Amino acid sequence: MSRLDDYRRVAGPGAVDLILRLTEQVQGRRFLHVTGGRLGGTTEMVRAAVPILNDLGIDTRWEVTGGDSAYYATARTLQAALEGAERVLSEEGLARWVDMNHLNAKKIDLDADVILVHDGQPASLVTDRNAAKWVWRCSFDCSSAQASTWAYFRALVDQYDAAVFSMPGFESRLAVPMYIIPPSIDPLSERNRELAPRDIGEILTPLGVARDKALLVQVGPFTRAHDPLGVVNAYRLVKRHHDVRLVLVGIGDGEAERHEILSQLLEAAHEDPDLIVLELPSEAHPQINALQRAATIVLQKSVHSGFDLWPIEAMWKGKPVVGGYAGGLAQQIIPEVTGYTVHSVEGAAFRIRHLLNNPELIARMGAAGREQVRRSFLITRHLVDDLALVVHLTR
Amino acid sequence: MAPRVAKRPFTFTGCVELRQTLDVHALDERELGHRLQEVPAESIFFHTFGYFLRHRPVTTAYGNDFARWAALELGDRALTERLAVVDPFAFPDVDALREHLVTIVQDHLRGRDESRRVEFDRAFHFQRSHLVEVPLGLTATNLTEFRAGLASVDASAIYLHIVETRARSERSTGDFAEWLRTSLDLSALAERFDHLDPYLTTLERVRGRLLGLLDEALESERP
Repeated sequence: MSRLDDYRRVAGPGAVDLILRLTEQVQGRRFLHVTGGRLGGTTEMVRAAVPILNDLGIDTRWEVTGGDSAYYATARTLQAALEGAERVLSEEGLARWVDMNHLNAKKIDLDADVILVHDGQPASLVTDRNAAKWVWRCSFDCSSAQASTWAYFRALVDQYDAAVFSMPGFESRLAVPMYIIPPSIDPLSERNRELAPRDIGEILTPLGVARDKALLVQVGPFTRAHDPLGVVNAYRLVKRHHDVRLVLVGIGDGEAERHEILSQLLEAAHEDPDLIVLELPSEAHPQINALQRAATIVLQKSVHSGFDLWPIEAMWKGKPVVGGYAGGLAQQIIPEVTGYTVHSVEGAAFRIRHLLNNPELIARMGAAGREQVRRSFLITRHLVDDLALVVHLTR
Repeated sequence: MAPRVAKRPFTFTGCVELRQTLDVHALDERELGHRLQEVPAESIFFHTFGYFLRHRPVTTAYGNDFARWAALELGDRALTERLAVVDPFAFPDVDALREHLVTIVQDHLRGRDESRRVEFDRAFHFQRSHLVEVPLGLTATNLTEFRAGLASVDASAIYLHIVETRARSERSTGDFAEWLRTSLDLSALAERFDHLDPYLTTLERVRGRLLGLLDEALESERP
């Protein structure tokens, strides 16, 4: 029995068989994933997919590019500019970044039939391309990339055979075909696997989160884009009518705004014992899993975002999601079916109150959300799409 | 009585839709009308016929992506209603369908000075798809085997054999009906298959109805 068989009990009917049949069409081909690190959202899918594909007889490797501190600094600046932030990139820095990737190309075994290069840091590897099919996998929204940066970067991406984006509208102009493959979650990972109620309690107690009242949870970086302060204001509007507790989980680090926002959140929490502010590392999978499972309603009140996976994780755990109308949220949340998209603090408070006053909706939307994720956002669907891409590119 | 054996077996094939963005967008109804005239036929196909493959019970209410956008992003109820009622199977080819959609949008805009404009992230993003066929390793040589296969195949096989082949080949019959007619000489059953209306329903519901027709036919064949 292969690792893939474990997914039969959670994936949609026929999904595993479809993967097995597609695998037959790509037998003998070798895949290579190249990322800029081994942590973070985009790598989770690679981490889950690589062993499954190898189990199925598809030779699949995962390599990571690296370099000196100047290399990483330029890669971070480049990534931010591609995501639309105003940044200054020096010609010298970019030349150094390209040189380091030439070195990476020499170190990495590029002998494969299909090479999927993820996001900004390793992107210039393509200048050392071989006869393989090269695909640039973009996990972020680059539709509002800084114009001068995109002009430079586009010349690199146009050397690929294809690009893949997470959703339509996330692309910028390119000369190569642009495919759409939404990201996914692994339902059997530590982050998403089933937890017994006792396990949830044991994980939450050390975090100081009691379960004696309805729990609102938002997971995401403490940045303006994810609007944790707006969530606090929405919670306060709800609190006038319902005895609820809010848990804000800040993950990730290094954001310049984080300290300022965190200090405001801690100040608010100091006055209110039902407002809990936690900072967790992104690899705190059991804790995040338990918090999402303990939640009554999950919030994702982002005002600007890419394709965050936290709402999908929450829907998989049967929770309705009240989300901002931003980025991938509009694609993940089916309004009035799996949750609500809102445009303001007041809108978020209104929807939370509506759900708390109609608890049957919480169960119904939670169940619909889980089915929506089962069909559209599990790794099984992602593997099907990736294999279909390979069949399409190599036939 | 021994079951009727087919002249040639039926091979069930599923499919995966690989989506491609065209980097063509409409931010208001006027732009939607213009882009509808310009985009490749594959894009019109994707946003109308392809809707059957992608959408499920909770989202089938709109019938096609254009109506869904008019409802959810523009909030234009009249345009939503006029687009949602468009049955893609009622047109001889995709260009006739395109012409009808353009006419609806232009007619809707007549007499209006401006239409509501949305931000880019709420725009209509035109796409197309490449269908990757996936042989499912299931064949049928008689009606009983065909019923068993139909009951168990991935829903994408129902889309491929009924919607895709019928729409792409512009013939009036799907693969299932064609096989029943030509390989099993079951013309009356084939006709009932062809009359089944997949518009505004789900692939699972279509599967259920087809299985119902097959059960009736198998029952009538029993001695």
